[in-house]
Amino acid sequence: MILSALLAGILILVVLGLAGAIDAVRAPGGAPRGAAGQGAWLYAAAASITGVSALLSLASLAAPPETLVLPLGLPWIGWHFRLDALSAFFLFVVDLGAASASVFAIGYGRARHGGHADEPGRVLPFYPVFLAGLGLVVLADDAFSFLFAWELMSLASWALVLVRHRDPESVRAGTVYLLMAVLSGFLLLLCFGLLAGPAGSYGFAAMRAAHPAAATVALALVLALLGTGAKAGLVPLHAWLPLAHPAAPSHVSALMSGVMTKVAVYAFLRIAFDLIGPPSAWSGLVVLAVGGLTAVLGVLYALMQHDLKRLLAYHTVENIGIIFIGIGLAMVFRAGGEGAAAALALTAALFHVFNHAVFKSLLFFGSGAVEAATGERDMECQGGLIHRMRTTSFCFLIGCAAISALPPLNGFVSEWLTFQAILLGPALPDWGPKLLIPADGALLALAAALAAACFVKAFGITFLGRPRSAAAAVAAETDRLALAPMLLLSGLCLFAGVFPGAVIDALAPVSRALVGATMPVQGLLPWHSPPGVPLGAIVPVAAARSSYDGLAILLLIGAVTTLAALGARRLASHALRRAPAWDCGFPDQSPATQYTAQSFAEPIRRTFGPLVFGVASTIRVPPPGSTAPARIEHVLHDRLWEIFYAPPAALVRRLADALNPLQFLTIRRYLAFVFAALVLLLLVLALTP
Amino acid sequence: MIRATLIQALQMALVLLLAPGLVGLVRAVKARLMRRRGPPVIQPYRALRRLLAKEAVIADNASWLFRTAPYLILALTWAAASVVPTFSTDLAFARLGDLIVITALLGAARFLLALAGLDIGTSFGGIGASREVFFASFAEPAMLMIVVTLAILAGSTELTSIAAFMLSPAAGLRVSAALALVSLVIVALAENGRIPVDNPATHLELTMVHEAMVLEYSARHLAMIELAAALQLLLMISVIACIFFPFGLGSGVLLGLAAWLAKLGAAGVLLGIFEVSIAKMRVFRVPELIGGALMLGLLGTLLLYVSRGL
Repeated sequence: MILSALLAGILILVVLGLAGAIDAVRAPGGAPRGAAGQGAWLYAAAASITGVSALLSLASLAAPPETLVLPLGLPWIGWHFRLDALSAFFLFVVDLGAASASVFAIGYGRARHGGHADEPGRVLPFYPVFLAGLGLVVLADDAFSFLFAWELMSLASWALVLVRHRDPESVRAGTVYLLMAVLSGFLLLLCFGLLAGPAGSYGFAAMRAAHPAAATVALALVLALLGTGAKAGLVPLHAWLPLAHPAAPSHVSALMSGVMTKVAVYAFLRIAFDLIGPPSAWSGLVVLAVGGLTAVLGVLYALMQHDLKRLLAYHTVENIGIIFIGIGLAMVFRAGGEGAAAALALTAALFHVFNHAVFKSLLFFGSGAVEAATGERDMECQGGLIHRMRTTSFCFLIGCAAISALPPLNGFVSEWLTFQAILLGPALPDWGPKLLIPADGALLALAAALAAACFVKAFGITFLGRPRSAAAAVAAETDRLALAPMLLLSGLCLFAGVFPGAVIDALAPVSRALVGATMPVQGLLPWHSPPGVPLGAIVPVAAARSSYDGLAILLLIGAVTTLAALGARRLASHALRRAPAWDCGFPDQSPATQYTAQSFAEPIRRTFGPLVFGVASTIRVPPPGSTAPARIEHVLHDRLWEIFYAPPAALVRRLADALNPLQFLTIRRYLAFVFAALVLLLLVLALTP
Repeated sequence: MIRATLIQALQMALVLLLAPGLVGLVRAVKARLMRRRGPPVIQPYRALRRLLAKEAVIADNASWLFRTAPYLILALTWAAASVVPTFSTDLAFARLGDLIVITALLGAARFLLALAGLDIGTSFGGIGASREVFFASFAEPAMLMIVVTLAILAGSTELTSIAAFMLSPAAGLRVSAALALVSLVIVALAENGRIPVDNPATHLELTMVHEAMVLEYSARHLAMIELAAALQLLLMISVIACIFFPFGLGSGVLLGLAAWLAKLGAAGVLLGIFEVSIAKMRVFRVPELIGGALMLGLLGTLLLYVSRGL
């Protein structure tokens, strides 16, 4: 019943896409093209559908699985859909992100430099279809409908990346994205082909029941990791992500970064835990290693950026790494027979999925608001926005603190849970995981600390200090409707951090379905908590002697702050005077003397640069007597691009050059080719038994 | 329950009251070793009183973040200090959080301080903030590796459990614990901005880190930040004492109190001696030092596996 309602919602979204196309085409007749508020009705409709859908999926989290077959799609096969705990959780994440992005888009469209600029026809038709694709992937229950939805999601988002199609950078982003999306779909196709076996049973139910050989399972798992990793942004398959996510309008960036990467995580979980069956230990180790590297490299690349949206996109790579560390731990523990530890690791990963969807959407909305107010994404042109965009800056600050894993917000809880899972590593008997898990812990800690540095930079350079451009000096607060979802998501950051028990309990059915165990029941409030658990603290596993109490920490911080403020009020002078900045006696009037995004990250670039980026620095000092400025130039090499992307690209180009003459042959030659191919295929058929 | 609450209240009052004295002690020891007479131990208290009485002067473009940050920084440090068993493990808040939470609370205070440094938009604030987060990005992983080592040893990340384990005969003498101690001392020096990482006494512009961030603060705001810095020093010393020298923690309150005061005094004297006998490092050599601490932490973990495995 709920499943049909959800599917009906998705169908309406597709129809909305068509209506959006008509609206975009019709626009010149009435209001001028790209007028403020065009398409607001479409976003409002999308927001209400996805909002209802989010509530429905939340309600069906604990419900028994529900299936539905539609007589559509390929003949004799039909479309299979299934709503179980895993799909319900991910559908909730998808729809939460989609609903808030749709509300944001209404307000964003009204802002000065915001919205879809003068290209409504390139956004309105594709946006609802993108949402429909995201939802369908999560509900699909056979390989055909899964891949169809997967490609629908990829193509719709590709069209949205190309909104600024006259900008050569957008075009490049679109091309790289399309190639990677095709690669990802292709790898998943092969993976499903392997899992379907020679009988060709493409339903997920059949795959679940089948027990393929170990080699097939291993190959399928590697294909699944590569195929979903290319979508999620695992290093080294992440290259498209920081190009494509910032190119789209901000509400779409939020969806791509906050939600679409999570759908890829869903696909990996579905294949690795559900379709393949109990994972093996070595596969968990591979996932762990890839996750750890992804986390550290993602945040290091993020630190080097000065384009706010690109920084956020790179940072998504880091968070995907953290999620995959959790998943890898769950696989290792599951294979080692440690049910409780596996449940803890998986819950940590899922908690982070939810958290990242919330705060990354929030941060992308904030960056969209900044872009709408100043017309620039470059942080070097911002500054001092905290005075002019008060609500946006406050919400952005909450998002920054949450993503930097600061208590009492939600990011800290999921990283704390991941750490508690890492600390259970020594319980495993094998040496491989025993040695790799603490190393992953060090990588995770490094990534978390660098993330804090990254977001001090992002908030400090953008919102604090003095305005670095004329536009930043006169920026105005964004639209109220754009602020509403930011406030809602900030509230969710606080809620999930303060009442982590509620989220953990909600995740219990998912964890039970995937690893066959759950974390201990936590209870929402102190008086709900089961006996033996102090106050409202969360405990990772029943036997652990560690706990974390978000609510009490919040109350403690609140009480102590009040105490400090009251104490100062009573004991200290109340006088306050505003004066020019002190700056050690030499205040400089020019805002150019402030620290910039690049100089802020300079020490970190200098330390990690030679290792990770292969930095080449040149300093040019003008000759004596010259008044020209001295210049320092850094060239950052993207080593991963040079290793993994440049050689195949060069190979394709060379092959294309070599095959170019084939375009200019006579019709007889082409017919000869066709004949030769036919003979060759028949020979192959004849020779294979 | 009532006893734990009373002890908790006593501890929270004591850490706040003793923190400036500890800073004064370190300064007095350093002055003596340099053959100066130096200010008396109670000088930091006088400085705080003077700061509180003054009129606050803040920059024209300071935002609300700049004005609220000092209170929050003090509160976060104080909240972290309230979870650390200092003279008794019987604390009402003991189970609120573990060593990871304490690290994260201090990290939150540092996050706010770095933002406050960037708020006015001066180059000194920027240099301080940039270097502070740079050091922290090495110190925090090092701290967490220490946590991993201790958690494997004691089976918990909570300080009360770790202290109880270290007091029990099961602890014994371990190489890993020694490595963790060295590593933790380095981290503590870095997090508190002591020599060789940062010099709390300097006001020479280009060598400042912590002082550069708080350059724009005055009066009551500066008092809050100074108090928070002193509190953090006391907290880190108490953490080291609680983990590696937990003598007196298990036995009554009075004995525990005496032991804690003795430990604080000894640590203050040792810190003073250490600081006068070593020079400050160049900024870009600091990662080598803290990176060394990180490696020691990892080594401690691995050694533990090897010794357990045999």
